[in-house]
Amino acid sequence: MTEEGLLRAALRSRNLVVGHLLAAAFAIGAVLSLFWTPYDVTELTIATRLQAPSAIHWFGTDHFGRDILSMIMVGAQTSIAVAIVAVGIGMGIGVPLGLAAAARRGHLLDETIMRGNDLVFAFPSLLIAIMITTVFGPSALNAIIAIGIFNIPVFARLTRGAALPLWTRDYILSARVSGKGPVRISVEHILPNVTNLLIVQGTIQFSLGILAEAALSYVGLGVQPPTPSWGRMLADSQTLIAIAPHMAMFPGFAILLTVLGLNLAGDGLRDLLDPRIRNA
Amino acid sequence: MNSIRKSAAAFALLALAAGGAWAAKADVTIGIQLEPPHLDPTSAAAGAIDQVLYSNVFEGLTRFGPDGSVGPGLAESWEISADGTAYTFNLRPSVKFHDGTDLEATDVVFSLDRARSEDSQNAQKALFSGIKSVEAIDPTTVVVTLNSPQGNFLFNMAWGDAVIVAPESIDDIKNNPVGTGAFRFSEWKRGDSITIVRNADYWGAAPALEQATFKFISEPTAAFSAMMAGDIDAFYSYPAPENLVQFEADPRFTVLAGNTEGETILAINNKMEPFGDVRVRKAVSMAIDRQAIIDGAMFGYGTPIGTHFAPHHPDYVDLTGNAPHDPEAAKALLAEAGYPDGFETTLKLPPPSYARRGGEIIAAQLREVGIETEISNLEWAQWLEQVFRGYDYGLTIVSHTEPMDIGIYARPKYYFQYDNPEFQELISALSVENDPAQRSAMLKDAQRTISEDYVNGFLFQLALTSVVDARLSGIWPDAPTQAVDLTGVSWTE
Repeated sequence: MTEEGLLRAALRSRNLVVGHLLAAAFAIGAVLSLFWTPYDVTELTIATRLQAPSAIHWFGTDHFGRDILSMIMVGAQTSIAVAIVAVGIGMGIGVPLGLAAAARRGHLLDETIMRGNDLVFAFPSLLIAIMITTVFGPSALNAIIAIGIFNIPVFARLTRGAALPLWTRDYILSARVSGKGPVRISVEHILPNVTNLLIVQGTIQFSLGILAEAALSYVGLGVQPPTPSWGRMLADSQTLIAIAPHMAMFPGFAILLTVLGLNLAGDGLRDLLDPRIRNA
Repeated sequence: MNSIRKSAAAFALLALAAGGAWAAKADVTIGIQLEPPHLDPTSAAAGAIDQVLYSNVFEGLTRFGPDGSVGPGLAESWEISADGTAYTFNLRPSVKFHDGTDLEATDVVFSLDRARSEDSQNAQKALFSGIKSVEAIDPTTVVVTLNSPQGNFLFNMAWGDAVIVAPESIDDIKNNPVGTGAFRFSEWKRGDSITIVRNADYWGAAPALEQATFKFISEPTAAFSAMMAGDIDAFYSYPAPENLVQFEADPRFTVLAGNTEGETILAINNKMEPFGDVRVRKAVSMAIDRQAIIDGAMFGYGTPIGTHFAPHHPDYVDLTGNAPHDPEAAKALLAEAGYPDGFETTLKLPPPSYARRGGEIIAAQLREVGIETEISNLEWAQWLEQVFRGYDYGLTIVSHTEPMDIGIYARPKYYFQYDNPEFQELISALSVENDPAQRSAMLKDAQRTISEDYVNGFLFQLALTSVVDARLSGIWPDAPTQAVDLTGVSWTE
């Protein structure tokens, strides 16, 4: 498919367009919040707390009188930053491990890497995250590391699985004959051919990362106050839900829509890029 | 049609059954926040033990009334010798422990000797430190001799830590408490509830309730739904003040707002720079807007305090004026102390909402005068380890719920590390002073000293807010000690 054809197909895919629009809306909010928010999120005005949505505060105010719209914007920044770095860690470590395992298929290295992966995989991902943040103390950095760690086996497996069949291809054989070592072959020939898959998986992991950050912050193990976080906003709203439902609604919708958007985008990308589906 | 008629009949039956149960209602389920670690009030500081057992199962020589006054308990009356060092207690006759054994003077001797012994596990050993000897004269008379006159000895004997236990049942007291109270211990479902039942052989007036269950619910949302669903009849010390508006508006419930002995403070590590400088501590105190904290964290429930003393106590001095909310003056003080641009410190917060919410508000208020705080939310175990025992903190928020605990400022090794020899002398003089007027003057002095030294940021007196079924009467609105005394509780119709 030509690049132009790819673009046209992309625009035809409703999933992809809606997904990207949703994700982009939050990304724009996050970037905007770096320079400007309607109100200062660190300033508390108890006198105007728990106000319902109005023209002055579009999304209302929370129990400390902070503007919820501003908090959602800064919260998006927190979520996206945590998820990007966490997926980066997962990819940065997981992909080389997967490539190495595929290159040394059946050898000790392969076994060691994959059984190590199984070990990490065997724990529910949130449990690992809670374990790490309990041991090292709750902070944004530890949340990122925790989410990053459970991304590693996902990428390692995916990469290995996709790379294995490639190793039997003729062009790899010719590369070997021409004297290229396994490292060069992995980087020059295997990696470019698994990139599409990695992008799709990356999008999905990114949405899971946002969800994981929200979950950790919800239980108090993620980003610490006063930095706003969607998960903590939800936790704060919990006992106030009957008198100030807007406090729960907006961060809840923010999480829902971002994750939905990223998943739709992921699905759309898969339709577009996954060779197995594309050729069918 | 048939099925509708059937279900209508079933419904009517159900209503009948429920009505029948209601007519005979003599049991109560009470929600409390924490589960006791074990059931021996004489060997742990945990307030949850006293909440369940004080007065209900265990009694002392004297006891607290609902208003905090001290009255006769197992001792019917007492005489104090002219020099104030010998107390002769006359025990009530024919009092029986729940295992059928009689209460005798030797049990009192055993209990007090056990509490003050060298290897005692008692959490409040100081209550007993002035005792020289305890002697049984006859089965119903005990003489306690003190080293020196002690003004608050009868008050001390009313504490949950000073209840009378029996040597026969002491070995298993942590799982099967045997006391003399109006209720006997029945069952402990770990992680869920403790049940006590009426003691038919009680020496005093029989309680109206036949059975009471204490259910442990620490989660505010669970507490809210349990209360709304009628699973519990009352929640003692309700954990989420934000829900109280709703309960107040609902005719099914009564909200009791009372006093506790809980002084909520922003504790300052006096030995950590820059808090060694009194000007810095004063600046911190002046940066704080108490009313904003009470409104924001406690939804208006709480009384501002200016020192470490309960406002409902007759000797209380209102010293809130020593540190009025004045960010400009606070900045000036910081500049004077050599921190014109402020400084950074840590703010470690235990789980209760007064600390977590109050912490966010205080962090914002301190930021206004240039003090940046790094907030970390800790579980109780971590808080005890890092803050209380490890002194590894700059600021923390906690409520001190023991009654009359201003004496902690005389302990230089206490976690806020305030070391003032003059104050320590004042407190040791107070402990042997017997004259009420003198005591009152000394207590007032003590309050002024710590307030003017700005030892800690004094925030507010914690309110006790309990939510109670409107038909239930007799629950104490105030908390002179941590107790849910059920002896006077009954259902009204």
